[in-house]
Amino acid sequence: MTLTQETYGELEAISARYPEPRSGLLPMLHLVQSVEGRITPEGIEACADILGISAAEVSGVATFYTMYKRKPVGDYLVGVCTNTLCAVMGGDAIFDKLKDHLDVGNDETTEDGKVTLEHVECNAACDYAPVMMVNWEFMDNMTPASAVQLVDDLREGKEVSSTRGPRLCTWKEAERVLAGFPDGRVDEGPGAGHASLVGLELARQNSWTAPDGGSAKSLGSGTAETKSGAAAQADTGRAETETIQEEGKK
Amino acid sequence: MTDTLTPVLTDIWDAEQSWKLSTYEDKGGYGALKTALGMAQDDIITAVKDSGLRGRGGAGFPTGMKWSFIPQDNPKPKYLVVNADESEPGTCKDIPLMMANPHVLVEGVIISSFAIRANKAFIYIRGEVLHVIRRVQAAVEEAYAAGHLGQDIHGSGYDLDIVVHAGAGAYICGEETALLEGLEGRRGQPRLRPPFPAVAGLYASPTVINNVESIASVPSIIEKGAQWFASMGTEKSKGYGIFSLSGHVTRPGQYEAPLGITLRELIDLAGGMREGHILKFWTPGGSSTPLLTAEHLDVPLGFEEVVAAGSMLGTRALQLFDETTCVVRAVLRWTEFYKHESCGKCTPCREGTWWLVQTLAKLEQGEGQESDLDLLLDQCDNIFGRSFCALADGAVSPIQSSIKYFRDEYLQHLTEGGCPFDPMKSTLFADQLEMA
Repeated sequence: MTLTQETYGELEAISARYPEPRSGLLPMLHLVQSVEGRITPEGIEACADILGISAAEVSGVATFYTMYKRKPVGDYLVGVCTNTLCAVMGGDAIFDKLKDHLDVGNDETTEDGKVTLEHVECNAACDYAPVMMVNWEFMDNMTPASAVQLVDDLREGKEVSSTRGPRLCTWKEAERVLAGFPDGRVDEGPGAGHASLVGLELARQNSWTAPDGGSAKSLGSGTAETKSGAAAQADTGRAETETIQEEGKK
Repeated sequence: MTDTLTPVLTDIWDAEQSWKLSTYEDKGGYGALKTALGMAQDDIITAVKDSGLRGRGGAGFPTGMKWSFIPQDNPKPKYLVVNADESEPGTCKDIPLMMANPHVLVEGVIISSFAIRANKAFIYIRGEVLHVIRRVQAAVEEAYAAGHLGQDIHGSGYDLDIVVHAGAGAYICGEETALLEGLEGRRGQPRLRPPFPAVAGLYASPTVINNVESIASVPSIIEKGAQWFASMGTEKSKGYGIFSLSGHVTRPGQYEAPLGITLRELIDLAGGMREGHILKFWTPGGSSTPLLTAEHLDVPLGFEEVVAAGSMLGTRALQLFDETTCVVRAVLRWTEFYKHESCGKCTPCREGTWWLVQTLAKLEQGEGQESDLDLLLDQCDNIFGRSFCALADGAVSPIQSSIKYFRDEYLQHLTEGGCPFDPMKSTLFADQLEMA
């Protein structure tokens, strides 16, 4: 497959976003994946040509980062977090279940070309553990049963949405967004999932707020100028906080 | 008297379409930008210094001081780079922040760039969070359309462009010089320092690199004052921060509180540990911060206070594990992570993390011997402090701290010829399995 003139133009447009063109290489490689379904020799050559560097240099970058794939990826890249916290909370059991159910190993694709399974590292959603990612969208609080349902739905072509995000697109479409070409799904899904809001909900229930700006400024003049004074204030503050909490429990 | 929780960055998260410019502006958003554009740039830096804001990405370096290191007599362009590569295991605050409230980050970028005289800023977001990237891309577009970005912003004569840059999967790019390499289109390998990025960063130009939450805190400091910010927190750890509770707690999630709150208070807020279980060990700030135990529940979560307890505040990523969790399994998995993520530049880290995994794996399977614990500690000693960046130092933290507090549990694996724990009991769906 050769890249179209349109893709070539888009690759050039990415590099033009930066003061130095080579800075565009990471998003350019995302675009290559969105078109080619993986990092291909043609894609590497095109990036090298546009940036005026060697194919070996581009290849060196492409092999460093885990999101770049050398083998074709299915329509849905399904990741299971098996870093410690998710693993302990059930990620290991989910990953084992999916390998068995899909009859594939890590970094392998189902025969129908729909699902590529891999284990992923911490994806910054630990309060939703165990977490899965489908085409880099969050699937929160998963179980072995819900994971099986998820991949079955994906293979049957049903529309599936992230648990706190939009309808899932294909992996190639996702890679295009990562290259900096929005797909219009930004306003789908909520602003925050349930776990993101637990502290805020508690604050609302108890009428807890950050100090008011005006009064804090006048308080500011009373802030200790010495370390020991400040420490005393801080300690008092904590004691008072605890007292209020204790009273709240009664 | 400061309230127990102090929502500032999270305050808008429950609003309808919280990520939209109109929602943000309805709640006073971009007011701080107008104030800042009327201030002398050095006064903004002074305000951030006076607030006591320390870096929220883990290291806790004073943000205003970092800005003041930029040599303004250097004729090269200055750059602001936001580190949105949140990847430290357990850390999950910047991602929900950017998803729900991207405009507070964008406003912070504009004010901070103005202060350090940068006309180009970059937001480097890890690639594995598609919807977060969509939200930040859209927020930047909305800010351009509203005249908050571009040429002559609100008639101030100040120009700024922001580029949203998606990474491609590499924990090491959370390290600031490796991030710069990634942003320059290279393999993400840390650079030798000095020179520091403030002098020779992106394109060898003066560069400030700050964490998402640090930059997002700037608008509130400009709007409400340095004294207001400093009125929260402890003596040396000022202000508010997002505390992320995960694991075996009843209500895991995000809790925005003054620094200095304790884990005991946070667990109370979160409804206690999951029913019928007790806290066994926890990380205060991600897997690179040494493990603590139930005896540390009352340590105030401030920078110096946690160091005094033998760990680090890090990113306030509080991962809580109860008594069903095997600490050896937990530590082995983290060690495998560091092995996988070592960029390979420095020999002690590249080779050392492989040796650590081998030794630990044997112990976990009950096949080692007691002297392997000393071997592990010796390996740690040969890795710690011997690499360019802190990845290797982080890799030894869970090992050293777990041997310190749970030596007997390691030995139990040897006497019982394997792991004495049932991994199913620590899962989220343990109850369902028992019923099935």
